[in-house]
Amino acid sequence: MTSVFSNVQTAPSIEVFALTEQFKKDSNPNKVNLTVGAYRTEECKPWVLPVVKTVEAQLAADDTLDKEYLPVTGLPDFCASAVAVCFGEGHPMVLSQRADGIQSLGGTGALRLGYDFLRCILGRDTIYVSKPTWGNHKGIAQQCGYPNVREYRYWLASGRCLDEQGMLEDLTAAPEGSVIVLHGVAHNPTGCDPTPSTVIKQRNLFPLIDLAYQGFASGDLDRDGRVPRLFADHNMEFFVAQSFSKNFGLYNERVGNLAIVTQSAEITGRVKSQVRNIIRKTWSNPPSHGARVVATVLRNPALAAEWRENIKRMAERIVLMRQMLFQKLRALGTPGNWQHITDQIGMFSYTGLSAAQAEYLRTNYAIYIMSDGRINMSGLTSKTVDRVAQAMHEAVTKCSA
Amino acid sequence: MNSLVQTNAYSLLKACRIMPLASRTKAHWASVEMGPPDPILGVTEAFKRDKNPKKMNLGVGAYRDDTGKPFVLPSVRKAEEQLMAQKLDKEYAGIVGLSEFTKAAVELALGSANPILSEGRNASAQSISGTGALRIGAAFFAKFYPSKTVWFPKPTWGNHNPVFGHAGMSVKQYRYYDPATCGFDAAGCLDDVSKIPEGDVILLHACAHNPTGVDPRQEQWRELCDVIKRRKLYPFFDMAYQGFASGCVDTDAWAVRHFLSEGLPAALCQSFAKNMGLYGERVGAFSIFCDSQEERDRVLSQMKILIRPMYSNPPVHGARIAAAVLTQPELRQAWLSDVKGMADRIIGMRTQLTELLAKEGSKKNWQHIIDQIGMFCFTGLKPEQVERLIKEFSIYLTKDGRISVAGISSNNVAYLAHAIHQVTK
Repeated sequence: MTSVFSNVQTAPSIEVFALTEQFKKDSNPNKVNLTVGAYRTEECKPWVLPVVKTVEAQLAADDTLDKEYLPVTGLPDFCASAVAVCFGEGHPMVLSQRADGIQSLGGTGALRLGYDFLRCILGRDTIYVSKPTWGNHKGIAQQCGYPNVREYRYWLASGRCLDEQGMLEDLTAAPEGSVIVLHGVAHNPTGCDPTPSTVIKQRNLFPLIDLAYQGFASGDLDRDGRVPRLFADHNMEFFVAQSFSKNFGLYNERVGNLAIVTQSAEITGRVKSQVRNIIRKTWSNPPSHGARVVATVLRNPALAAEWRENIKRMAERIVLMRQMLFQKLRALGTPGNWQHITDQIGMFSYTGLSAAQAEYLRTNYAIYIMSDGRINMSGLTSKTVDRVAQAMHEAVTKCSA
Repeated sequence: MNSLVQTNAYSLLKACRIMPLASRTKAHWASVEMGPPDPILGVTEAFKRDKNPKKMNLGVGAYRDDTGKPFVLPSVRKAEEQLMAQKLDKEYAGIVGLSEFTKAAVELALGSANPILSEGRNASAQSISGTGALRIGAAFFAKFYPSKTVWFPKPTWGNHNPVFGHAGMSVKQYRYYDPATCGFDAAGCLDDVSKIPEGDVILLHACAHNPTGVDPRQEQWRELCDVIKRRKLYPFFDMAYQGFASGCVDTDAWAVRHFLSEGLPAALCQSFAKNMGLYGERVGAFSIFCDSQEERDRVLSQMKILIRPMYSNPPVHGARIAAAVLTQPELRQAWLSDVKGMADRIIGMRTQLTELLAKEGSKKNWQHIIDQIGMFCFTGLKPEQVERLIKEFSIYLTKDGRISVAGISSNNVAYLAHAIHQVTK
């Protein structure tokens, strides 16, 4: 009897995980993994934020806490705090309840809810993502059944910078009402900070801001939150998919928030109720542990201050790695303009290396980077940056792009 | 901040000031209606507003101890304390989650000696509790399974339909509950199932049927299995109460194990919300039992493609607790005893309620309260009787006459018996 699943093909592997698997099996003692997007310390170790450790211990010792279901839209304290982080405490949009939050399974979950709502409830059929963008942005659109998944120009390979002109042209040509996925700060994968475009308003495009690195990019929450705040200050209607994976180091607890901003509290209420419906059919209600940690920190001024210090520490180390890498490359006289390494911000850098050059790095140096040239800056340490610079120098000079 | 960004932010500001408010705020949402109200939430809200000191909330879908409080299992607390001491990291878990957890979960369901495990034929993913498992399963079947129709027992859990519907499956029903006996409609069920088109998917509650509490007996399961085998239907099990129903994890998994031992393929959704009291931590697993390891690999690779665009990877806190509980002998023993404790309390309340109804002088047959199993009980009460329970006695339950036995305790079971007798005599 033939199996009913005999026609199920092996799915293409997801590059970042495949590379990490390969890295794990690599026996080279000097191997370096610059692929996966998780923060690493100067000792190249994962880092559980001290403030998170403090709060987790507190929560574990608290006998009054139970394990009951959270409301479908999440822990109210968490949602309110998340929205306050995004827009700033006391923002009129928040006070008037035109902005509200819905807890989600990480940033991905928030994007999924946003995409699902815009497709199923608003009937939007066209969505634009930056070229390039995080792979899952397109993946989610395909799962949600968007008939038209398009790209707007973003990265100018020749100049290794933002393609402002291209972006403007593509968005101007976008059909009215299209959904536009913007990176709020620290664009993944290029590191180039995006420019909110006036075209969005002119074409009545619907912005969905992916805010995965607030605070993590510059070390300053307010600075990194300026895109949603700018949009809010100008009475735009939009969604923000917030992730607390990086800025709280809570990757595996899946802490996210979908912030919705509309013209009125009443409309926001209706939108929230529809998203609630979508949640019921997807995961019913969100996990409580991570949200409790974040809410506890954000609602306690001393803990919140400690958190801001922890973030600064991470952001500063990354900035330092950028500077070191740039200096090494310049000292080596590596051909090309490497200014973008320090111009870009956040965890990632689009080095501009080609797939062939990436392969060269892997094969000859056991240095793992993505085939699109993306590297995780926090994967570098002061002990490895020399070798990485040397390897990049060789790749560029010996291996044509 | 670099000057490029500053320049552009400034030009946005300039442009914004020029544009009038009206054209900036075109209505995106005119057609967005308020979402449907939640019926169970409605019961809870009404209960909260009621000032009657004798009020009872029998709509709650979570276990309560004998004082009516939420219950964190001692074995779970212990596991959590141990985990804190281990100082584990917060790194992403991988799309299909903690392998230590899923392995232990599937072993719990199938029994550790099951060859499926040693042969590596289960494509298993950690899921966002039971709902998440159903969602992955529904999406997988909608995409890859030849038939797009799934059959549910009538009635079934209220969220089954939305989950499968949202994933793109069409939904039909087979007879299951007999309101005349408040029991299993064996004849009706077998009749309907024998007419289901070959190859369709059939959803089965592994134990403690929700909402009725009515489970087939073993010989009835055997008959059902035979028909499903003959019709080449695909068994899709929802097991949300393993251990919680009878107090014994093996007994509660009997149906799943029987089907597999009969050589049938199957999919299985597991929830650890109730049996480990891990409700809010969202601990679950979804499995498809495949013909070979090779098929398992293909199926698993496609499951990942469905999971990643939903939430990337699952939360670990609860799964780590569950894994510790299941794999450490002392914790596992303690857990089995905690679960039996919960099940026994529920069974005890069923017995007491029935006895007290007789004591009240009720001449009605309440045997089904004892025959039914798990958290819920379909009392057989009519809507107007339910209405009276709410209005006259402040006892809150859903219109279909379903009560959550977990909401009954030794200090209010007599009041409940009295009230039920009053509205049914």
